[in-house]
Amino acid sequence: MSMVKKSPWVLHYDGSSCNGCDIEVLACLTPVYDAERFGIINTGDPMQADILLLTGGINSQNQAVVKQLYDQMPRPKVVVAIGVCACTGGVFKECYNIIGGADTTVPVDIYVPGCAARPQAIIDGIVQAIDLFQKRSDEHELLMKNKGKKADLKTKENNNSSDKGNEA
Amino acid sequence: MGKRSIIPYGPQHPVLPEPIHLDLVVEDERIIEAIPSIGFVHRGLESLITKKDYNAMVYVVERTCGICSFMHGMTYCEGIEQIMNIEVPGRAMYLRTIWGEMSRIHSHLLWLGLLADGYGFESLFYQTWRIREKVLDIFEATTGGRVIFSVNKVGGCIRDMNQDKLNMILRELDDIEKKVKEIQKTFLFDYSVQSRLKGIGILTKEQVHDLSCVGPFARASGLDMDMRYLGKDAYKDLEFHAITSNDGDCYARCEVRVREIFQSIDLIREAIGKIPDGEIDAPVKGLPNGETFMRVEQPRGEAIYYIKTSGKAFVDRLRIRTPTFANLPGLCETLKGANLADVGLLVLSIDPCISCTER
Repeated sequence: MSMVKKSPWVLHYDGSSCNGCDIEVLACLTPVYDAERFGIINTGDPMQADILLLTGGINSQNQAVVKQLYDQMPRPKVVVAIGVCACTGGVFKECYNIIGGADTTVPVDIYVPGCAARPQAIIDGIVQAIDLFQKRSDEHELLMKNKGKKADLKTKENNNSSDKGNEA
Repeated sequence: MGKRSIIPYGPQHPVLPEPIHLDLVVEDERIIEAIPSIGFVHRGLESLITKKDYNAMVYVVERTCGICSFMHGMTYCEGIEQIMNIEVPGRAMYLRTIWGEMSRIHSHLLWLGLLADGYGFESLFYQTWRIREKVLDIFEATTGGRVIFSVNKVGGCIRDMNQDKLNMILRELDDIEKKVKEIQKTFLFDYSVQSRLKGIGILTKEQVHDLSCVGPFARASGLDMDMRYLGKDAYKDLEFHAITSNDGDCYARCEVRVREIFQSIDLIREAIGKIPDGEIDAPVKGLPNGETFMRVEQPRGEAIYYIKTSGKAFVDRLRIRTPTFANLPGLCETLKGANLADVGLLVLSIDPCISCTER
């Protein structure tokens, strides 16, 4: 947390959850738990968002919506799957309309388990997402800086940064 | 006569905590027609009856909705108990009523916060949710869960509350009542809030009756309909009259819900005063055989459960009609002729719970 230089904006979308995790995410953004003290802010616009909080599993109807929200977010971006439904499909895994967890549709970086996920766990997930976002945004800046330089240097930096990404 | 155009509203929208999609046919700023399309949260929960037995289904049914989860589990258990002719002990009934009414307080406070957010009163939203956390703390102390408790089972309850915990609830309720009285001043008597809510989305008593609307949405138009009159659980011993208003606009819906919070607090106080001693669960023998039809008053209105069993461990048929589903025709009616800027408020005014509706 000490190295955070940017304030990421958070977008929240409810997939096909039961609402439990959904209202817990909202509870995290309101006074008692107040995740906004870590420098994030809740937004309703995917084009301005950096972190996507997904609750609930993916079904055939909302798959396109989730995909579109993810595509509309500018790079770099971080996806947090909140609740066991978003992680694996949870109790609804065997239902006919559930494809699976959020990672069936978009690449998920951080998994927050729980049914419903507790605010403390959600805040932990958000804090990790902020760190990851900072790391990715540093890499992005480095890439942009070296863009005009020699091609061999560029590939070298690229390899380095992708290695770092794998460690995270 | 302006040009007609269609504005898509949702499924992801800043006002909406949940995904619902509306196609709004507008002429200038007026809405001519609203066409809802749902299915973004459909999971097919009722189909799980083929994979989970009737005891395990309690936990699935509770996950129909995270806000009124306790009421869903309770109704399902009561349905199975009715089929199996199980006499539930009085203490379990009272415990269910206490938790149920507390869910109502938590749900209405949640809704009031979202309403305040809907008309752009951010600080009021935060204040309301701060009070709501107190109710969740009571849940955590008595059941161990914050939103999904799983304290129901066929035949009674899993957890009991001792006298200390009941006294704690009474103490906390005094505090909650005091704080709700403070925010009620803004919700009901603030000039700018009134100008945003009064006269918007009016439905008459005949209209809500014809469109078969339920819950606070119908009661705000003067329809005196409340499933708690049926006298299930502890309601048969409690003093109860449904709260109604005659205005039928957004303000009336807000007023009904605010007054229901105080009513629920009084009901819990009365129930804690009258709670009998004894067992909290009855023994369950055999397998359910028969069918039943349960009606319950959830925070959003009347929910209907149809359960059919045939002497097997698995339930044959389960059907849930949730309050938001019944209120959707009413919503489409209020949207006709409304201003585009009021759509967020009108959608909120039915207290939409989409994950209930689509299951």
